[in-house]
Amino acid sequence: MGISVVEVGKRFNGFTALDQVSLAIPEGSLTALLGPSGSGKSTLLRVIAGLEQPDTGQVLLNDEDVTAMPARERGVGMVFQHYAAFKHMTVYDNVAFGLSIRRRPKAEIRKRVHELLGLVQLEGLAQRYPTQLSGGQRQRMALARALAVEPTVLLLDEPFGALDARVRTELRAWLRRLHDEVHVTTIIVTHDQEEAMEVAGQIAVLNDGRIEQVGSPRELYEQPANEFVMSFVGPVNRLGDTFVRPHDVEVLPEPDGETQEAMVERVVHLGFEVRVELVRDDGQHLLAQLTQEQAELLELERGQIVYVRPSRETVFSGGARRPDRPRSG
Amino acid sequence: MSRYLLRFSVLGYLALVLLVPVGFVFYRAFDQGAAHAWHAVTTPEALHALWLTLLIAAIAVPVNTIVGVILALALVRGRFAGRGLLNAVVDLPLAISPVIVGLGLVLLYGRGGWLGGLADDGVKILFALPGMVLATMFVSMPFVVREVVPVLREIGTEQEQAAETLGAAPFQVFRRITFPAIRGAVAYGVVLTTARAIGEFGAVSAVSGNVEGQTQTLPLYVKAQFDGFDTSGAYAASVVLALIAIAVVVSLRILQPKEH
Repeated sequence: MGISVVEVGKRFNGFTALDQVSLAIPEGSLTALLGPSGSGKSTLLRVIAGLEQPDTGQVLLNDEDVTAMPARERGVGMVFQHYAAFKHMTVYDNVAFGLSIRRRPKAEIRKRVHELLGLVQLEGLAQRYPTQLSGGQRQRMALARALAVEPTVLLLDEPFGALDARVRTELRAWLRRLHDEVHVTTIIVTHDQEEAMEVAGQIAVLNDGRIEQVGSPRELYEQPANEFVMSFVGPVNRLGDTFVRPHDVEVLPEPDGETQEAMVERVVHLGFEVRVELVRDDGQHLLAQLTQEQAELLELERGQIVYVRPSRETVFSGGARRPDRPRSG
Repeated sequence: MSRYLLRFSVLGYLALVLLVPVGFVFYRAFDQGAAHAWHAVTTPEALHALWLTLLIAAIAVPVNTIVGVILALALVRGRFAGRGLLNAVVDLPLAISPVIVGLGLVLLYGRGGWLGGLADDGVKILFALPGMVLATMFVSMPFVVREVVPVLREIGTEQEQAAETLGAAPFQVFRRITFPAIRGAVAYGVVLTTARAIGEFGAVSAVSGNVEGQTQTLPLYVKAQFDGFDTSGAYAASVVLALIAIAVVVSLRILQPKEH
């Protein structure tokens, strides 16, 4: 059940967008396709929707091979980055579109549309036109429109990408709650690792048309399969062959065993979190992440000499990952 | 100050090249009295010319509207070899002098032309309605395409794809999503096409034979009256042409739905 993508390949004019991608998405889950632009994540979503035809491989929706089926018959709900609102229709008609195409009785449509407008908190705006709505409202309308036809799969293509930061955070939390209510198998495409980790139960990281790793947000962060995943799911310091997360950089006022001398270049206060940019005596730049309390104890300021050491580091050899080497304080 | 200067020079230019000449035509049409003008445009020849002009427009405009929308869709959404060439060909009628178009039709359908044999089979193209319709269709072809293409580019394909995922078949997508979005552009294209179709002189003149009461459209009638020294009759017929054009523009303005 759910969605299966089997060895899907897709090329555009010599550019490989998807390279033998296989992915299983369990029914009822919320999965994020995470990757930089050009990694193939949107293409994969459009292949699942049927808006793009793969060159090779298969797409299965609930165990049915839909590779050759046109988008309109797949029963997917799709939400686009730029809303794709039907501009000449009211909010009501936008949401009713899929049902009126299916020639459902008027009374049934009215009931369902009002139900959905309630779900996406747009009651009272039914007679507005899309241009009279804010970006966040438009995207919620697009979501109601996609849900109206009771899709077996909900596909969201960078749905919050065009919204400002605050609305984006609100809608993420709201999408999470909505998914708990509606339970439809959902895929969200995003280039924002924070968004993927906050919303999704499962994340597939894509790079150059390939899937680098699939796992829960915690697995990706704590056991990244390779360098790319490690540096994509969070900030990282690269020290030769080893990788250290900024919060795993210990900053001490005095030398202590294996520590190295470093100079503070910049201190950025972000409320509870304090980011410290350092340069080691061998010229290596480092980013350290401290709590406000730790920073205050060290009385950090620009030009100050401190002593640093990694408390936990990761080494990848030949693409494979060796276990972390946690060090004792 | 310079703003006023710019404003007045633009208005002055418009007056000089547009309003004053047209105004004089209206003025001169009635200089022998309204009765004379009315008489000039209600002779059997004038009425036949009016009817013929409207008939040609009634055929050419719908055909060019439908073909124009299809061409615009092909140019914007299609992926085929020769699209750039097609794009250039669509502009040909704007670039080529209408008389050349007419002469081209004469060469094609005339005696010795590729399709000249049609006349021997009883299908009369030249010096008859079909030839005049063809000439009119040719010269008025680009307008709908040129109005619709930029709008299609601007609206993009996301709305159409959203409709597709919601279960709409290709024709439903066109009828319910694409057409409402381009309706304004199509309407404006229809106005321009109609204006061009009823006003065309050169191309029609080359293929019509210009037989009074048979193959004479209103612009040809105006020219014939003018050449026959019935200037006020020519001006009166011109006024009729101008009024038709104004009526087309106004009626489409009224019919066009308000934008949201």
